[in-house]
Amino acid sequence: MGNELVIRVLLAKIGLDSHDRGVRLLARNLKDGGVEVLYTGLYRTIEEVAQTAVQEDVDFCGLSMHTGAHKQTFAQLRELLDSLGGGDIAVIGGGAIPEQDRRALVESGVVAAVFGPGANYNSIVEWIKTNAPARNS
Amino acid sequence: MKDLGQRVLAGDVRAASRLIRNLEDQITDTYIAIQEIFKETGKSHVIGITGAPGAGKSTLTDELIQAYRSQGMTVGVLAVDPTSPFTGGALLGDRIRMLRHAEDKGVFVRSLATRGAMGGISKAVGEGIHVMDVLGKDRIIVETVGVGQQEVEIINHAHTVIVVLVPGMGDEIQALKAGLMEIADIFVINKADREGAGKLYKETMNMVQMSRDRAGVSKGWQIPVLLVESVLEPHKFAESVEKLRDKIDEHYQFLVDHDLISERMRRKTAAEIQEALWGAILAPIMEKLESSGEMKRMIDRTLLKEIDPYSLADEIACRYLKEKPAK
Repeated sequence: MGNELVIRVLLAKIGLDSHDRGVRLLARNLKDGGVEVLYTGLYRTIEEVAQTAVQEDVDFCGLSMHTGAHKQTFAQLRELLDSLGGGDIAVIGGGAIPEQDRRALVESGVVAAVFGPGANYNSIVEWIKTNAPARNS
Repeated sequence: MKDLGQRVLAGDVRAASRLIRNLEDQITDTYIAIQEIFKETGKSHVIGITGAPGAGKSTLTDELIQAYRSQGMTVGVLAVDPTSPFTGGALLGDRIRMLRHAEDKGVFVRSLATRGAMGGISKAVGEGIHVMDVLGKDRIIVETVGVGQQEVEIINHAHTVIVVLVPGMGDEIQALKAGLMEIADIFVINKADREGAGKLYKETMNMVQMSRDRAGVSKGWQIPVLLVESVLEPHKFAESVEKLRDKIDEHYQFLVDHDLISERMRRKTAAEIQEALWGAILAPIMEKLESSGEMKRMIDRTLLKEIDPYSLADEIACRYLKEKPAK
């Protein structure tokens, strides 16, 4: 271990969306990939998720969404993180998000990446490990 | 992020969480920030909560936060979970029980992975306590990993240690053993609505009464054994945790009144200095041995029985230490 920087990731579910098989499996795969993972559990608010991300100083805040409210929700999460001083925390998404919305979310800069159904866990873990934001001090 | 130390002194939560992270990752410059804040530390009451995996430490911590918040106290929590010995990864799952406080500005929860440290906590716990202390938290709760019998490192960091027991973990001989059972300032018998709780209570009380004049640092303190019941009845649960809160504060007052706090502080400080020396002396040598490939060669030679670990240690000590300690 020693001096290497460990990547930290928060995975979250919000509102009444209880489809969390995907995030749970991702949490496990990330742990097995040498990442420190936190999972919020179900029925959280965006505020709780943002506060948690800042207090835990994670590199990525991942939100899994199956409700269709992804556009507004991701934008709100991004805004809240920025307002709490977490501008350097990258947001990533997963769940049932249509292709055109995925592209729009990434292009607008709100979300760093979106992984949909069928995405390979290993490749998500690899992506996270290679795209962790730089830490200047 | 610049001036972490100054920003923590100014109460910046984001800077505090980054500082703790840099400490966990052992980034060398980080110690400058600790030097900056060190003078301001030592104001918080540090509470350790330890016990077996699944004993209910996180749920108890959550309710304890609530009990202190109802009195207007601010609370910091350091929750430790194990790092995988195989991958270096970790699933930090304590916080999931405390999320109802996520939006409360008076509560700061930080999860830590053990990162290979033994003893039930992580190496960054000591400094993490300093950071929360400087942020002005009235109470700092350190929740250890689920422990066995030997992980007692928490006594070097906490003023008050709570050992959480649950029914069904073994006979009365377990209660007589050294280690975990000796470090409690307060025992909590959790899930006391379960079968076997009465027996466990009696055994623990017996043990406590026998060891009244124990060698520990809370000499003269009558160790209480508290029963905490069913999470499923929130009212009863909250009430018993409020009793626990009062006992914790009573213990701290006892330490102050009987001039025992300084003894604890000395031990804590000794452990801290030892840790710092370790980091300043041994860590750089280990790093050199690793990066030069010498460590690997030493392992190979030892495996072939060409040499033994003690002679190797002697050799390294001769090379790096001006004065080799006499044996």
